[in-house]
Amino acid sequence: MVTWLAEHVFQAIAETIFPFIASWTWIPWYTIALVHVAGAVIGVITVLAMFLIWLERKVSAHIQDRLGPMRVGGWHGWAQSIADGIKLLLKEDIIPAMADRPLFILAPIIVFAVSFMSFVVLPFSQVIIVSDLNIGILYVYGLSTITVIAIMVAGWASNNKWSLYGAVRSAAQLVSYEVPVGLSLLAGVVMAGSLSTVDISLQQSGGIWNWFVWRCFPFSFFAALMLYIGGLAETNRTPFDLAEAESELVSGYHTEYSGFRFSLFFLAEYANMFIASALVVILFLGGFTGIVPVSFVPDVVAGPFWFLSKTLFLVFVMMWIRWTLPRLRVDQLMSTCWKYLIPLALVNLGIIGLWTSLHG
Amino acid sequence: MFDGFYNAFWFLLIGVVFVLANLFLSSLIRPAAPEPLKLTPYECGEESQGTGFVRFNPRFYIIALVFLIFDIETVFIFPWAVVLKGAGVHVLIHMVIFLTILAVGLVYSWGKGDLDWIKQPTRW
Repeated sequence: MVTWLAEHVFQAIAETIFPFIASWTWIPWYTIALVHVAGAVIGVITVLAMFLIWLERKVSAHIQDRLGPMRVGGWHGWAQSIADGIKLLLKEDIIPAMADRPLFILAPIIVFAVSFMSFVVLPFSQVIIVSDLNIGILYVYGLSTITVIAIMVAGWASNNKWSLYGAVRSAAQLVSYEVPVGLSLLAGVVMAGSLSTVDISLQQSGGIWNWFVWRCFPFSFFAALMLYIGGLAETNRTPFDLAEAESELVSGYHTEYSGFRFSLFFLAEYANMFIASALVVILFLGGFTGIVPVSFVPDVVAGPFWFLSKTLFLVFVMMWIRWTLPRLRVDQLMSTCWKYLIPLALVNLGIIGLWTSLHG
Repeated sequence: MFDGFYNAFWFLLIGVVFVLANLFLSSLIRPAAPEPLKLTPYECGEESQGTGFVRFNPRFYIIALVFLIFDIETVFIFPWAVVLKGAGVHVLIHMVIFLTILAVGLVYSWGKGDLDWIKQPTRW
């Protein structure tokens, strides 16, 4: 009796579900491949962020003449970030009483989705790129402006005065530093004559002497420097981290977030650091092309090696700057942007434009 | 497909799905014990007074306005930047005139005190 029932029930289920699954051939192969690639990129971002958080703790510790995480996992606490990630998944999710629930939930989703979307145009090699958009640089520039909206939403939805002040200050800072970042990006684009990241990197191939950072010395060097400083300000890193200053506003716009939502802001911050450094590398430091042209190593191996080593070096310098320089006051921050960086960026763009239109 | 934006769109979808899936996973393994004290806003230990929707200084609005002008200027410079290579000084002069007009606007707001954090009253 029981076997008869089991046999017929399983047969009925199989007969209804299997044809349905087998008919999912309407999903094209490239979408399935893309979903796998996206999953791989999420894996890369997560591992990268965990590695960078561990690296930040070690770098800060050694700069402060102490050791940092040493126990979790054995060798210099390498598993500390993994343990922290799991811990944050296990924390209680507290949404404050009068907070705006839909907006509160929406803000970290926007922040993470925008950072994740910027990885579409990063060229790890000439062929290893998710999608070589012909407006790659404009795409990344536009996405970085959406982060401002998400921060305002996070600060407003927290129903906390200090979160709101932190969010508004952070939005003012981010929005102000978008302008020198845009003008420095344009300086790089003018030298390359294209907005596609692969194209810009290929124009710098052949060795370190072809990089754009010395192409119009010293003005292109100033442009690279301003893009890097603007990137520091865009990712709210010291010396520009007034919005999340631990000693002033507790934690700024992400004070009221706990558990996985908080780890999303963190993940997005480290992904944004990577993207800002990657932009400097692509536009001025040669992208995936090497310091010396090597012909015996295939491009799919050498490309990611050069790109990742240059980008991670710049991320390390960001951490180095964070633990070395003191924080700027908010009026110093604003006057640096509007009164020093923007006039300098405008003049720089003009001179690089003059050089390019003559020499091209 | 769609000049590569098909991939960007799927990345957006998968980013959102990743977040929601992780929040769902977290909801399975985390505790849920809401208490009235846990749900109050955090003010370094003090009792919170009033609502969280406070008024803030309109200087942020001025900063946003000036940013808007410069952002639109940047968007106008993007097509010019792509075609400039080897196009001659004639093309450059047009854009220098455009940048100069906007730089005059920057100098005006600088002199008026709009770029200072604490605006001093000006007499003009």
